[in-house]
Amino acid sequence: MNVPVILDRRSVLAGAGALIVSFSMSEAFAQDQTPPAAAPPHPPSLPGSLKDAPLLDSWVRIDADGSITVFTGKAELGQGFKTAFQQIAAEELDVPFASLKVITADTGLTADEGYTSGSQSTQYSGTAIQNAAAQVRELLVAEAARRLNLPVENFRTESGAVIAPDGQRFGYGDLVADDMLHVQAQPKSKLKNPATYKVMGQPVPRVDIPAKVTGGEAYVQDMRLPGMVHARIVRPPSYGAELTECDTSAVEKLPGFVKVVRDGNFLAVVAQKEFQAIKAMKLLSAAAKWKEKPSLPKQDDLLRVLTGLKSNDSTIFQQSNPSATGQKTIEAIYTRPYQAHGSIGPSCAIAQLVDGAMTVWTHTQGVYPDRQGIAEMLKVPPASVRLIHVEGSGCYGHNGADDAAADAALIARALPGMPVRVQWSREQEHAWEPFGPAMVTKLKASLDGNGKIADWNFDVWTNTHSMRPGGAGSMLAAQHMAQPFAVPEPKPIPLPAGGGDRNAIPIYKFPNAQVVHHFIPAMPVRVSAMRALGAYHNVFSIESFMDELASAAAADPVEFRLKHLEDQRGRDVIEKAAQGFGWRKGQKAPPDRGFGFAFARYKSLAAYCAIATEVEVNRETGRPRLVRAVAAVDSGQVVNPDGLINQIEGAILQSMSWTLYEAVTFDDTRITSIDWQTYPILRFNSVPENIEVHIINRPGLPFLGSGETGQGPAAASIANAIADATGKRLRDLPLTRKKIKDAIDA
Amino acid sequence: MPKPRTTAGIIAALLIGGAVAVFAVVWRPAISATEPPAPQSFDANLVKRGRDLAAIGNCNDCHTVRGGKAFAGGLPVPTPFGTIYSSNITPDPETGIGRWSEAAFLRAMRSGVDRAGRHLYPTFPYDHFINVSDEDDRALYAFLMTRPAVHAPAHANDLAFPLNQRFVVAGWKLLFLRHGTYQQDAAQGAEWNRGAYLVEGLAHCGACHTPRNALGAERASASFSGGDVDNWHAYAINARSPAPVPWDTDALFRYLRQGWHPDHGVARGPMAEVVSNLSSVPESDVHAIAAYMASVFGPPTQDHLRQASDVRAQIKSPPLELSPTHAAGASIYSAACASCHETGRPLPYGGVNLGLSTALSAPDPRNAANIVLSGIRPVEGERSPIMPGFASSMTDQQVAALLDYLRSRFSNQPPWNGVEKAVQDARLTQTVFVQTSAGPQNAPADPTQRDKP
Amino acid sequence: MMTLKVNGHDHQIDADPDTPLLYVLRDDIKLNAAKFGCGLGQCGACTVIVDGKAVLSCVTPLLLLEGKQVTTLEGLGTIDAPAPIQRAFMEEQAAQCGYCIAGMMMRAQALLQKNPKPTDAQIRAELEPHLCRCGTHMRILRAVHRAARLMDTAELSSTTQAIVHGSAP
Repeated sequence: MNVPVILDRRSVLAGAGALIVSFSMSEAFAQDQTPPAAAPPHPPSLPGSLKDAPLLDSWVRIDADGSITVFTGKAELGQGFKTAFQQIAAEELDVPFASLKVITADTGLTADEGYTSGSQSTQYSGTAIQNAAAQVRELLVAEAARRLNLPVENFRTESGAVIAPDGQRFGYGDLVADDMLHVQAQPKSKLKNPATYKVMGQPVPRVDIPAKVTGGEAYVQDMRLPGMVHARIVRPPSYGAELTECDTSAVEKLPGFVKVVRDGNFLAVVAQKEFQAIKAMKLLSAAAKWKEKPSLPKQDDLLRVLTGLKSNDSTIFQQSNPSATGQKTIEAIYTRPYQAHGSIGPSCAIAQLVDGAMTVWTHTQGVYPDRQGIAEMLKVPPASVRLIHVEGSGCYGHNGADDAAADAALIARALPGMPVRVQWSREQEHAWEPFGPAMVTKLKASLDGNGKIADWNFDVWTNTHSMRPGGAGSMLAAQHMAQPFAVPEPKPIPLPAGGGDRNAIPIYKFPNAQVVHHFIPAMPVRVSAMRALGAYHNVFSIESFMDELASAAAADPVEFRLKHLEDQRGRDVIEKAAQGFGWRKGQKAPPDRGFGFAFARYKSLAAYCAIATEVEVNRETGRPRLVRAVAAVDSGQVVNPDGLINQIEGAILQSMSWTLYEAVTFDDTRITSIDWQTYPILRFNSVPENIEVHIINRPGLPFLGSGETGQGPAAASIANAIADATGKRLRDLPLTRKKIKDAIDA
Repeated sequence: MPKPRTTAGIIAALLIGGAVAVFAVVWRPAISATEPPAPQSFDANLVKRGRDLAAIGNCNDCHTVRGGKAFAGGLPVPTPFGTIYSSNITPDPETGIGRWSEAAFLRAMRSGVDRAGRHLYPTFPYDHFINVSDEDDRALYAFLMTRPAVHAPAHANDLAFPLNQRFVVAGWKLLFLRHGTYQQDAAQGAEWNRGAYLVEGLAHCGACHTPRNALGAERASASFSGGDVDNWHAYAINARSPAPVPWDTDALFRYLRQGWHPDHGVARGPMAEVVSNLSSVPESDVHAIAAYMASVFGPPTQDHLRQASDVRAQIKSPPLELSPTHAAGASIYSAACASCHETGRPLPYGGVNLGLSTALSAPDPRNAANIVLSGIRPVEGERSPIMPGFASSMTDQQVAALLDYLRSRFSNQPPWNGVEKAVQDARLTQTVFVQTSAGPQNAPADPTQRDKP
Repeated sequence: MMTLKVNGHDHQIDADPDTPLLYVLRDDIKLNAAKFGCGLGQCGACTVIVDGKAVLSCVTPLLLLEGKQVTTLEGLGTIDAPAPIQRAFMEEQAAQCGYCIAGMMMRAQALLQKNPKPTDAQIRAELEPHLCRCGTHMRILRAVHRAARLMDTAELSSTTQAIVHGSAP
């Protein structure tokens, strides 16, 4: 797709053919009235997101001319799932890959699938599309059978047509009639036999890449609407700062000036051209006087800061078997700083108010919840606000996208009719995005006489890992208005997925185990969801500690893990990664190098991933270098192996960057990591020599989300390799050159 | 401070070669090879002391090439006489110093003769190391002999005959190598003396900051009056310092320790490597160096103090009227430079106000040209200032126009001559420097300081 | 009003001379490939080629570009007739979100024009100014190697010449 999808409902419904299959409009309108959290009472047995949107034509539409459109409420964030969904639909519908198109998140067109997060797109939306497509195909076959009055068993499908026993072909477009697809999905579908797959399981090239590598319109940043004006925000210098004075007279004299929009502590300027807006922002910034107050905790002492805050404690897992007793006990504390999503493209949104209807083009991960928040902020009914997802720069969680959408809507309200484009600056993205929360984990375990873990205690302290909108109070613009919306009460994400306690419950089997989640409501630093949520640090902690225990038991780290793991699919990925890496018991890494291993099943219910790494440590400087990584992954039935490999490679490199380099910094008042000087991330000179990803395909088994499964294992594997190379265990993220050097020199 | 990249006057030997008893001057015996000592045989505290001393001596900087193993040598050192490659000082028995006894190591540090008896080119600054105590040499030896051995054969030097004959170095030594150039000064305190010992000896600051004569030897009469290294100008660090704001002990200490100072900007070029090393050594040694150097600078003159307060006042006042002769440069400055250099964001992550720039008050435009062309590159994975280089986006004429304007606006010195030629030269030389030097090339030194402000 | 040559065409630009090239390309000429990433010269997303060299368009004011030739990713090829570097990135599937990719490709293109057979180390060193947050680095490296091979082949068959504007001879 060369241009962002900017269709309205009418043009889609009008379609190309004469016969119009009605899109489930009543359903869409019904959703307008209900908050997204309250799902309608549908049979719980429907697969994937069909649970929430059970009408088949919410997912698949076929026009009289045979053209096919697939809808998903999920947003393409650069993971490539749009291509994967097209593969799934093409496979189950039995049509050529290129003959259908996929429309993504748009409150005017697609089902409410909440957020695109948690590696759930394929697992939920993909499953819905797979089943919807299979059921649509069944309906089409049944229709052809009805017309010829023959049993359905005698028909087959091929390339967008149903073929009768005598070879007669019925194009899908000819078969579809009225509201044939406007029916409830069934719990069971006649899915294809994986052995016959033609499109699924193939490394089909991504549909979005050609535009991205030729300068096509590929991002919301690239959209240019007629008469569009450019807005820039002047954010407060720190959390809670109050605008005391702002002389706008100089700004108003600038060429191209359109408007200053001020509402309490919300301050923005609009100009005709983009660079005019930037100049105006700089001038306005200089004119704005703020009253700041120190409110930030001590950055260097997060352990005490977090464990010192009031927490709501809950034991989320307990198991006891008094017959198993430990003989040798070890303890360790691991910490993770606040970390930034660090999108390469700062957040951007376009909004336009026409005849009381607000349209916002945004790279949000949740068009429906975001619409809810914006409607509340503007004090208008949700039905008068439409959010259309257009791809942005990769976000890796809740970055500034939703805030930029709210900014654009607030400014556009002041300039009716004009499309207003808001582009955040690099400094704003870095200072104002909600960060991945800091975390502390405390582990304690004992080994029995046979070198097996007899008891296991795990405590995790952290904030909520999702402050995503739903209400206006989650958005900066609404917080900064003269009549501000209060930040909503933070809530933990319930298990089994969990938030800060995601992956806190070990996958290993221990006779005695206790896991306690210390949920900290107070948020001194703005936080929300960042790729893998708590799983990144929890897996880093568990898998580092497993190595510490293996070392105490004088056992090989891989063997030690297998000794405590019953889950066969988990065992398989561990063995595959070890084998691909050339892991051998009793091995010794070359001088100044170390080998590391780690494993997890993301959320305990999504994809399995094991990663072995080789790290070199320069003993003089302390500088670590990831030399190579070998991963094995099981994400159930594979849709697009190359897409999966791309995700895992990316997870390893991103996690390596988090793990070795990254920490948000602040003084007592301001965030001080506000660009790439002060928040360094991976650059090319630290990229490893090689990354190898082995896929264990499970034909016919459910799709398992895999976009975040690599984050935790990569971190722990690297930490374990550093420990192997230096003989020193580092437990405080990030594992910087300086910390490694200090450990070596100690 | 580091890298005496100007090699010795081989010509000197040509001049005197016939006049001296060549053999007596030239011949040095080999010291017999020993079995490489076991790393465990060295006292751990001695090794640790050696680590700090090696950092003060900046050994890693010349003896490590970009992307190479620490201390394995191979760095090309350009000199007016040709290119000399640094040697492997890891304990590798074949290609390093693994078979060197402690006595052989001490002799090399003292008199620039290797174990086999060959004279070493004075790119290895034994004219300073002669001042290093036996005790410190032993610690350095212990440190180096406990590094991982790296097999890395020496790269042949690129010197023409007869300069490639090592006997000529003996003549140079006869002329220029002086014992006892550093003496304790009882009139000064312990810290000053410690600083003097380090500066004149192991830290070899004069190797870059003192000008050299035609034969490549430091001019004793012009100590610290400014020298050359890697096509950078090493500023005068005495009373002739061109810094707009005078240096004092505290400023020197902070600059050397953390790599930047609000009144002086960010260390870059070869000095970045020096301050990077100084970030890890005992604070007291850096303070001693600062105290001694402050006395070398001497107390600021009234003129200098007045100039400093003028500069500070100018920083606060709006830009001056642009003279039409510098219109092109002024436009480039306001479009390409001012957006970082005039934001008021504090150092090191905001650009220094150029009124404080020593480069713009320096006797020649090399450093300013280098920095405009190459910028400041990030340090891998660590907080560090970044400045984009403009080598690809500006022509020589544009850079020259910019530099002329900067000189006229931000310094009280007369215009530079030959700016465009300096820019052309800088384009050629910086490419080599950036590609070979192990770095960090441009950075504040102490990572713990990188969080601030 | 200034004339700016972009992708072989003259454009009359009505913008202040201090306007960074990035905004001229995006706002005045309506090109998409050069991306705003930081505006500070720290990330490389805005990279284009000027007279054969990769430059950061976000810190290159218009006034420096008088008489120079600017090439953007759009000037190299199209979806239907991709340049070797574009083909290589498609064939290697060297993108996730892809936001940084246009800048990467332009620096790689400039490198390959100057040095048709770069080593892996040279490619890594050259791309150091560029940040990618998705972790697509391994594929980007492969794609640049592939582009080098494709350009080599293209030169042999001498079919796809003259698609590169503004390159130094």
